[in-house]
Amino acid sequence: MLEIKDLHVSIQGKEILKGLNLSVKPGEVHAIMGPNGTGKSTLANVITGRDIYDNISGEIIYKGKNLMEMAIEDRAREGIFLSFQYPVEIPGVSITNFMRAAMDEIYLYRGKKPMSGGEFLKYFNEKKQFVEMTANLANRSVNEGFSGGEKKKNEIFQMAMLNPDLAILDETDSGLDIDALRIVANGVNKLRTPENATIVITHYQRLLDYIVPDFVHVLYGGKIVKTGGKELALELEDKGYEWIKDHADIQL
Amino acid sequence: MMENYQNLKQLFDGFFDQYINNETDSPLSLSIRKGAFEDFYRMGFPTNKIEKWRKTKLKDVLDLPYTINTSDRLRTQQQKSIFECEINNLDTDLFSLLNGWYEKSSENLLQGVIVCSIREAEQKYPELFSKYFDRMASDRSNGLIALNSAIYSDGYFVYVPDNVACNRTIQIVNVINATSRIFVNTRNLVIVGKNASLSLVHCDDSLSSFGSFVNNVSEFFVDEGGQLDFYKMQNKDEKATVITHNFVEQQRDTNTHANTITFNGGLIRNDTRVKLAGKGSHADVMGLYLVDREQFVDNQVKIDHAVSDCTSNQLFKGIVDENGRAIFNGHILVQQDAQRTAAYQSNNNIQLTDTASIDTHPFLEIYADDVKCSHGATVGQLDEDALFYMMQRGICERNARMLLMFSFAGQVIDHIKIPAIKNRISELVSRRLKGELSACESCELNCENPDSVMTFEIDMSKI
Repeated sequence: MLEIKDLHVSIQGKEILKGLNLSVKPGEVHAIMGPNGTGKSTLANVITGRDIYDNISGEIIYKGKNLMEMAIEDRAREGIFLSFQYPVEIPGVSITNFMRAAMDEIYLYRGKKPMSGGEFLKYFNEKKQFVEMTANLANRSVNEGFSGGEKKKNEIFQMAMLNPDLAILDETDSGLDIDALRIVANGVNKLRTPENATIVITHYQRLLDYIVPDFVHVLYGGKIVKTGGKELALELEDKGYEWIKDHADIQL
Repeated sequence: MMENYQNLKQLFDGFFDQYINNETDSPLSLSIRKGAFEDFYRMGFPTNKIEKWRKTKLKDVLDLPYTINTSDRLRTQQQKSIFECEINNLDTDLFSLLNGWYEKSSENLLQGVIVCSIREAEQKYPELFSKYFDRMASDRSNGLIALNSAIYSDGYFVYVPDNVACNRTIQIVNVINATSRIFVNTRNLVIVGKNASLSLVHCDDSLSSFGSFVNNVSEFFVDEGGQLDFYKMQNKDEKATVITHNFVEQQRDTNTHANTITFNGGLIRNDTRVKLAGKGSHADVMGLYLVDREQFVDNQVKIDHAVSDCTSNQLFKGIVDENGRAIFNGHILVQQDAQRTAAYQSNNNIQLTDTASIDTHPFLEIYADDVKCSHGATVGQLDEDALFYMMQRGICERNARMLLMFSFAGQVIDHIKIPAIKNRISELVSRRLKGELSACESCELNCENPDSVMTFEIDMSKI
């Protein structure tokens, strides 16, 4: 589904990613862990097309297409979804209108007839229940005045609405209490199918107790320096990132 | 025309003689006109030397030759056509002014509500007229107000008796449609009785491609317990100048909401002055301006908290594109006895190009000590993070920008209390942002006149 080869990315002359390789197949959950400032969010940004980097080289192939040549919105319409680390507040735009606009455009892109108002509302309410979202959240402006937990829940709600093929969760656990974490993780797990894939970017192992990964990658110094199963996350939690520094065969 | 005012003086003298002869004005109004003209002759038109007019380039438009029509109506088109303005299709009682002249004879609506020409009101309702007319505009704080009081052609008069909740919205369309460049002075008077309420919609439209100058003065009196909602929509051609002075006086426990939506225009200046003269009153003064090309929109507000326990709220928002220019000047005056005042002011702007210009001046003048006041002014661009967020959900850049601009504008529209008007204005704002709304595009006259075919558009590629 996603093949990243030798990805180099720099911003303001500073190289962040230094030859990253990653392969994600349908049905898989990949966790990307690593200390702060190693390029985890940069990876999410580059996959989704955020245009703030000076220089990007390497290859990102998604469903057989060169992702680098696709517009931000087309990547989204092709099924890539990013759950933002810091969801943006959009005053004056209700979640209902926001999702309506997004789904209409995605349907048109895919050559489908957009849902009628009634169909949309029914679908909207189903997904709201699906992620245990409280009723009043839906009528408010996107993320405006939401608590940290509400914002993250709203991200997962949008994920349920858009039903992506490749979901990237960027630090979805940050700022969540244990109940919110459980609800968010439940939502993600319920959305898993053999056809879609998830990349979980996280600093801590905690989230991986709830969303169990097939692969754990350690991103350090702009590269993936170690890959293992779910037990690697536990080992990291136990030994800390210093262990990677000493252990991994990396040339920085 | 106005380098010196000799021409205008001659014109006025002729005009004045005419009135004395045909007795269409009462002695009161004649003495007001005469005194006002002397004031104007002394003051002249406002120049850039006056601080509040520093950035309003009146001279450019005053230098043009105008026809001032003081007696005969300029009837050039079928009356039907003037109703084909963008703001129609509202369920309202509709009245119109054409080139400064009221277009219908008086009408007594249900509930004793009166809507008629100001000239007719002077004859038929002398007590109301003499009590209220020129009571506030007599401050003559600039020459245009004085000139209006001297040579106003006509205008509307609206009266809602005590204890009457006027259940129909009254809409007045002020249209310019002339075959030459005209200078028009319109004068309006609105009286809302005790515990009465009124919703008034005023539309400034123009169908003329010859240019025009509308110098409008309106006075609004709201008696104890009264309520007034006043919506103004301005969709003018780019050769049009509109200078409006609105004076509002509120007695005890009154509530007013003024909302001015400017879609298009050449040079537009709206000056609203509210005097909170009775305790327990509230005034909203709001506005939205969508400015592009070479358009200029200037909003001036003054709220005078003359007594205690009143509240006021100013909210103005603007989107300025291309070489458009916008000015906001908001003045809150809290007088010494006006304790427990709460007065808020906010002006937010989105500047879409480097060549667009925005000036915003909050001005608070507070003499009481138990007061809550706040003001905030911002000039910014569209939020890049929000754009990326929306595009990541599959929304194209054009629509993402549109949604952001529409939601920005929506924060003013949301305050409109009448659902039909709110929906209509929302739709017009959305069309204006998409570049689909030109000045009175649905009018047949525009199609016949190639000069006036306009495609005002916010250029999406730049925003």
